[in-house]
This record gives sequence, C-alpha cells and structure tokens, in this order.
Amino acid sequence: MPKPHLALLAALAAAGVIARCSGLIDPYYLDVLTIIGINVILAVSLNLVNGYTGQFSLGHAGFMSVGAYLSAAVSLFLGPRLLGPDPSALGQGLFFLGALLAGGLAAAAAGWVVGIPSLRLRGDYLAIVTLAFGEIIRVVFQNVDALGGALGLNGIPPYTTIFWVLAFAALTIFTVTCLVHSTYGRGFLAVHDDEIAAAAVGLNPTRYKIVAFVVSAFFAGIAGGLYGHFRLTITPAGFDFTKSIEIVVMVILGGMGNTPGVILAAILLTLLPELLRPVAEYRMIIYSLLLIVLMILRPQGLFSLKLGRRKPAGD
Amino acid sequence: MSEFFQQSLNGLSLGAIYALIALGYTMVYGVLRFINFAHADVFMVGAFLGYYLAKLVPAASLWGGLAVMAGAMVGCALLGILIERLAYRPLRRGPTLNVLITAIGVSLLLEYSGQLGFGAAPRTFPVLFPQRDLRIGGLVISSTQVLVIVVAAALLLALQGIVHRTRIGTAMRALSLNATAAQLVGINTDVVISFTFGLGSALAAAGGILYAMNYPSIDPLMGVMPGLKAFVAAVLGGIGNIPGAALGGLILGLVETFVAGSPWSTYKDAIAFGVLIVILLCRPAGLLGKFTVEKV
Amino acid sequence: MPSAFRRFSWPLLAAMVLAGPLAGQDIIKVGEVASLTGKEAAFGQSSHKGTLLAIEDLNAGGGLLGRQLDLVTEDNQSKQGESATAARKLISRDKVVALLGEVASSRSLEMAPLAQASRVPMISPSSTNPKVTAVGNYIFRVCFIDPFQGTVMAKFALDTLKLHRAAVLASVSSAYSVGLAKYFKEGFVKGGGEIALEQKYSEGDKDFKAQLTVIKAAGVDGIFVPGYYTEAALICIQARELGLKVPIFGGDGWEGSPLIEIGGQAVEGTFYSTHYSPDNAAPVVQDFVKKFRARFGGETPDAMAALGYDSAMVLAAAIKRAGTTEGPKVRDEIAATRDYPGVTGNTTIDADRNASKAAAIFTVKDGKFKFVESIAP
Repeated sequence: MPKPHLALLAALAAAGVIARCSGLIDPYYLDVLTIIGINVILAVSLNLVNGYTGQFSLGHAGFMSVGAYLSAAVSLFLGPRLLGPDPSALGQGLFFLGALLAGGLAAAAAGWVVGIPSLRLRGDYLAIVTLAFGEIIRVVFQNVDALGGALGLNGIPPYTTIFWVLAFAALTIFTVTCLVHSTYGRGFLAVHDDEIAAAAVGLNPTRYKIVAFVVSAFFAGIAGGLYGHFRLTITPAGFDFTKSIEIVVMVILGGMGNTPGVILAAILLTLLPELLRPVAEYRMIIYSLLLIVLMILRPQGLFSLKLGRRKPAGD
Repeated sequence: MSEFFQQSLNGLSLGAIYALIALGYTMVYGVLRFINFAHADVFMVGAFLGYYLAKLVPAASLWGGLAVMAGAMVGCALLGILIERLAYRPLRRGPTLNVLITAIGVSLLLEYSGQLGFGAAPRTFPVLFPQRDLRIGGLVISSTQVLVIVVAAALLLALQGIVHRTRIGTAMRALSLNATAAQLVGINTDVVISFTFGLGSALAAAGGILYAMNYPSIDPLMGVMPGLKAFVAAVLGGIGNIPGAALGGLILGLVETFVAGSPWSTYKDAIAFGVLIVILLCRPAGLLGKFTVEKV
Repeated sequence: MPSAFRRFSWPLLAAMVLAGPLAGQDIIKVGEVASLTGKEAAFGQSSHKGTLLAIEDLNAGGGLLGRQLDLVTEDNQSKQGESATAARKLISRDKVVALLGEVASSRSLEMAPLAQASRVPMISPSSTNPKVTAVGNYIFRVCFIDPFQGTVMAKFALDTLKLHRAAVLASVSSAYSVGLAKYFKEGFVKGGGEIALEQKYSEGDKDFKAQLTVIKAAGVDGIFVPGYYTEAALICIQARELGLKVPIFGGDGWEGSPLIEIGGQAVEGTFYSTHYSPDNAAPVVQDFVKKFRARFGGETPDAMAALGYDSAMVLAAAIKRAGTTEGPKVRDEIAATRDYPGVTGNTTIDADRNASKAAAIFTVKDGKFKFVESIAP
C-alpha cells in the first residue's frame, strides 16, 4: 500500500484511540483540540487555492457557512424524520456523515458557481470578488427566515466528536497531499508559477484553478458542518470576511504551499488566543504585534521546506 | 421626483466619502502593488484626532474646522509614514502577500489599541463647521453633505495636481510603472514611497473627519465597513487609477443609497457587492483600469 | 541542597495539598462571559462593569455564605464560537458555581447547552430572544423578551401615541432588532394599525437617509426603530434633517447616555421602552447610579450595566436563599425569585425562566430622560 494511504489509516486509527480516551481529557482542552482540528481543515483546504495554485481567495468563510448551514438544516429538518426517536449509534453516525457530505457538496457547488466567473480575474481582483461573494452569501443567509435569519440556526444536534474532526482533518491532509503530488498538482504548481507559460504548454489554467477551488470549497463545507454540530449555534455574522482573513493569515504564516507549515500555523494561531487569556484585554494587541513581528523576521513563513523548487526567473 | 433628487444627493454625499478613502487605497496600490489593510484604521485615527483637536478650537467656526482638519491630516500623514517605515519597508523585497499579513496586523493593532485607549463606547463628534440646512421644495440639503462633496472634490483635484504636475507626482507615476527602472533613473524610492503613504493617510484623515461630521458617532471600529466599501470602490474603478477610485466611490455610494431606499433595502450590501462582481466580469480591470497585456 | 530540600519538602507538600481544597472552600467563583473587545465591546464592557460592581458590593458586605466572591471573566471578542470555549473553560477549569452572560442572544445560545449539560445555572443579563431560556431549566434571564417588549411598544404606539400608520426601520443583522420588529408588527396590526413599510439597515451603518427618504414619502405617522442607541441617535438626527417630524420610538436598546449626547435636539420627544433609567428617582436606582459613578470615574451606567448588576444580584440572592452553591439547589432558588427589588425593576422569574417585570416608557425632554408611563406584563 502506498505511503500516504498507510499514513491515512494510521491517522484514522490514532483518531479512534484519542476519541476513546476523550473522557480522560479535560473538556476545555478537548474543546480547543476540536477547534484546532476544524481550523486545520480550513487552512489546509485554503492552502490548496492560495498556496499551491497561487490564487488569492478571500471568501473561504462563505463556503464554510454554506456547508455549516446545509448540514445543520439536514440535521434539524430531515434528522427527526429519517432517524426516528431512538437512533442507534451507527445510524446516527451514518446520518451525520451524510449531512456533512451534503454540506461539503453544497459548498463545492458554491465553489464552482463562484469560481467560474471569478477565476478569469487576476490577483487582487480575484481577491475582491471572492470577498464580495463571501459577503453576498452572508447577507443572503441573514435574510432567509427559514434558516433563522440574523439569529441563525440553533439547537443543532451535537454530533461532532473529536474522532470526526481528527478523521476529517487527516482526510483533508491526505487528499490535498495526494492531489498535489499527482498530475493535478503539477498543473496547480504550473498555474501558480506562470499562467501564461502553462497555457503555452497546453494546460488549461482555468480548469486547474476551478478544480482547486471546488476541492477546497468542499473541505471548507465539511469544516463548516463539523463546526455547526459542535457549537450547536451558527449565525451569518460569524462567517464574515474577518473569519476568511483569519484563515488566510494561517495559510500565509505557514508558508504558502507548505502543508506541514500551514498545519502548524493553524495550531499555533488557534492556541495563541487561548494561551493569552490571562491578559484578555491585550490579547488581540499581542496577536497583531506577533503577526507583524513574525512576518518581518520570517517572511518566508514559519516553516519553509523548499521542496527543491527554485524561484521563477524574472520575478 | 424630489425623492429621486434627495436620494441622489444622499448617494453623492456617501459616495464622496467612499471616494476619499478609496483614493488612499488606490494610490498605495498604484505605487506599491499592495492593498494597505490598515488604511481604514488610519481613517479612524483621523476621526479621533479630529475629536481631540476639536477641543482646542471654538465649535462651529470655519477656521476652527479647517485647522482641525489640517491638524488631523498632518497627524495621520506622520502615522502613515511611521507605519510604512516600521512595518512595511522591511518586507518590501519579499512577496507582496507577506506585507498583506503585516498590514492586517497593523490594522488589528490600531483597532484593538483604539478600543483599549479610546474605550469601545462611541463618542459624539463635535460640530466643527457651522451647520445650516437648505430646503428647496421638498428637497433638504444639509450643509454638511455639501461640504463633504466640495471638500472631497477639492482634495481629488489637488491630488490630481500633485500626481500630474509636481516632480514628486511624476516620481510616483514612474514608480508605479516600473520600480526598478525608476530607481535606475535616480528616483529615491524610499522618499517617494513615504510620501505616497503620507499623502494617502492624510486623505484618509480628511475622509475620517468628513465622515464623523456627517455621522457624529465615532468608535475604534468605525473604519471596518467604510474601509471595505472603499476598497470595493477602488477596485471597481480600476485599482491604481485615481479618477477610477473617485468614480468607483460615487457609483458605490449611489447604488447603496438607492437600494437602501428601495423595498430590497435588506439586501443592500449584497447588491452593492453584486454590482461590483457584474462590472468586474464585463471589465476585468475595473471601469477605468487598463488591462495590462503581459508580455511574455 | 538535599538536606534543606528534605527538611522543607514534606511540610511544603502537605501545605500545598491541604491548601488546595481549603483555598477553594473560601471563595465562591462566579463565571462571566462578555464581549470585552471587538464589535460589541461597548455593550460587553458596560455589562461587565455592572456585574463587577455587584460582586464588589457583595464582597464589601461580607460576601455570600461567609465566603468571598471571585468573578472570573472571559472575553469572547464578540466573535462566534468563542463564548462556548470560554464557558467550557469556566465550567471545567475554573469550576464556577454559575455563569453570567451573554449580552447577545446568539452568544448566549452557544453557552446555554453547555451550562445545561453541566447543570451550572446560567443567567443572561440582556439576551432577549425567547429561544435562549428554552434550551433548558438551568437557563434564566433578567430582562424582557422580544415578544413582551414588541407588544408593549405596539400598545403604546396605538393607545398613547394614537398612531394608525407606522413604518419600521430595523437592523437586518441584529437578532434583537429583527425579533423586536417582528413582535411589534404583530402587535400593531392586531390592534388595528397598519405597517406601511419596513426598511432595513445593517449594524455599523451610519447613513440612513436613503431609508428615511422613502419613509418620508410614504406618509406615516410614526417610525419604530428597534435598534441600539448608536444607530437610533443618528436615525433621529437624519430624520429631523430630512424634515420628518413624526414620533420616533424604540426599545430598550435605546437606553444609554450616548443617545442624548449624539442625538442632541433630534431625540427630544422620542420614546422608548426600558426597565431602567439613571434619572429614575427610586432609591435603589439612585444608589446604584451613585456607586457606579464613584467606581467608574463618573460614568453614568446604562441599561446593560444595570442588567449586569441585577443578573449578579439575583444570583446572589438565590445562593443566599439556597444556603449552598450546589447547582440544582441554586437553580431552584433562581426559579423561585419573586419580586426581587432590582435596579431594573421589580423582578419575578416566571415559569419560562424569563423575567416578568413592567416596562417603563421614557421620553427625552430638555436633554434628560423622563418617565412617561409603565406597562405591566
């Protein structure tokens, strides 16, 4: 069996073991660990677009919200009918998986809808359009009364456990890594390095961009679904561009196109506010100062595994 | 009919403010190719500077108001230059995305320091210039609205003058075309960039004061939404293009106002963004932007 | 090193082992989750100050059950998701006996399931959406709920202001505003009135001239603005600038000195419902205002601060009656709160764990808040 697949199985097994022992872990630490897992999924998936493919997307939170809302809606509205009054653990697990996948697919569809028009644009224009789409999604959810409007959806069943989060985190890392090391990955990197040259050798840059976008949106949707069934309350305001920027910061800090770096950055940036709780008033000030200092001192990102890639000429 | 004119006036006034902030975004982008996320918060600092400076001058006087505005513009220009020197210059050689993170960091720093320093509760911005309302038929024109439009137009013309008629303006344009070539012909990039930041920040301060005059409630997070809208306006007009920023600001202000006055007011933000997307799809470089053909 | 270490280590170890639980015994920890920074810091800070004052007051008076109180406050940065983490930390790490918070209904809804599952009583100072207390029997609030307040304002608009055609200008991004608007409209229409139109704005908006221009053209006799004082003041200013002279009225979100500071002349003659006003002459209110000003550098407490204060005081009274800090017993006593003389009015906790108290309608006259009438539930 190829190495990545072995690693995935090992990770899933580890997730299962941690989940079994979760009763021994302090609920607060477990909470933070779960959020770390969700952030890892968000950061690694965004890294596919921003890092590997070099397209600057600022609307990731929008896709997360689509996944969160759809999976929550499935659980709230279809759940009671499909599961009945006393569902078995297996039944509940399968249902949750279904709801998550539904959310992910909806987010992927949204990614496709957003990607098709946007990916013709370059650099900062793409950034602003993805940001605009993210905001439009937020406003739409705010106005749909069936989805709770400004208050959002609440009373979502608490299906998310540390196992699901770790399992999906492993799956996301696995998928992104395999994708990047495949011919698709060569396509992404080619588009990232020089779109015109890529087109000149016969690649269709738009196609690769869209694939990256849709896959990334899918996992953002999964992360959203996991989030919704963990926090049990979701509101449109919680998925605004500030959230998108938080994820972008993780990707850039981790070193764009560097999955291990991005994972570490996600962990660090999730832990930092928790560690700074004793100085709550100064938390964000310290966080922002750290961002500035880190970028000045280590502009290549926290971890730069060069992977044998040279800087493109004439940069 | 008077409702249409009233809304148009409202829209122009709002648009003028977006235009002023957008000018700062677009100038810095034109010269440095990077989106200065902290710009909106310099706008907020400008408003607060105005608030504190206003305590030193008599209320509702023309000279007092102009002095406060000048003072805030100078203060923010210095702030902008300082930020550039400390946070952006060390990263100038690297990829622009890193400076973006630093800009986000500076933005957050200003916002949260503001909340800590000024307190999160909103403050009332004092009356700076004498206020008078003009009523023609069913139309109500407030002197503040007119002042905003006039000052924004004046600043825009002054900016165009600086960019096209002065040496440093020419240097800015040269830098925006090709930074390396500009250095080769002897332009001191550091000075020009500092000047650009200073100028952009001064405009942000002016925008902040005009905004606070129109909507007299200021708080440390007041720049977030106007900043986002102004950024959208700058891109709408073609980022890097000064008249484009003004045009983008006006269009955005008008669209937002007319939608807010319609039965779809609840979708106002979404429609404003939607207009942006549609325009960018038809004109990918913005309304007045030039799509630079990349030579391979 | 070795001998000295051995000489002191055992007593030291014993002291630490014993001191732990003993130290715990002397302090009652009360948890608070508030938005001290971020978008809604103004409200969170206000609420926190009121709560802090209450705890300090209680400690000055000897504490509760002979023990001092420790208020452990966690900031949620006004962000979604943070309140749940904060609540979890307070419950499992700090082992608080009760949770106070949150100001916003959406953030309370994050905390409530956790408090309910851990059987830790939770009192929200100002979350007004009915769903919050519906989470479980450990969740309470000391403020009105939207259905009550919306109906109160509808009644006031119909009976006192004698309005027939009203417009509603609500925030689309605030659950409070949306909820209050909904119940006002229901009440107004049920009482025979007509809602001519409803315009929306977003939190953080400063320009409402567009919406007000359209409202002016519709020819209504009153405008209901179920928002917060920041927007309400600006709306009144702009409405008067546009020549709209009809009555403008709102809910308890209007309560706060910035309303008059920012609104100035424009808010004269406007109305709003609330449960508290610093100009209320009742001794319990004036006492509170005086203490607050002394503690916080002359600042006048607003409704959030008053509710924060009452949430802590209602909890304290319940703990005192229960005679213990055990969750279930405290919960039962909170539920049994009857006619508690709070700063925000005579408070009784009803069967749905909401506060049942009269709403007071206030107006602004000569730059001061003035009581108009009281509407009982």
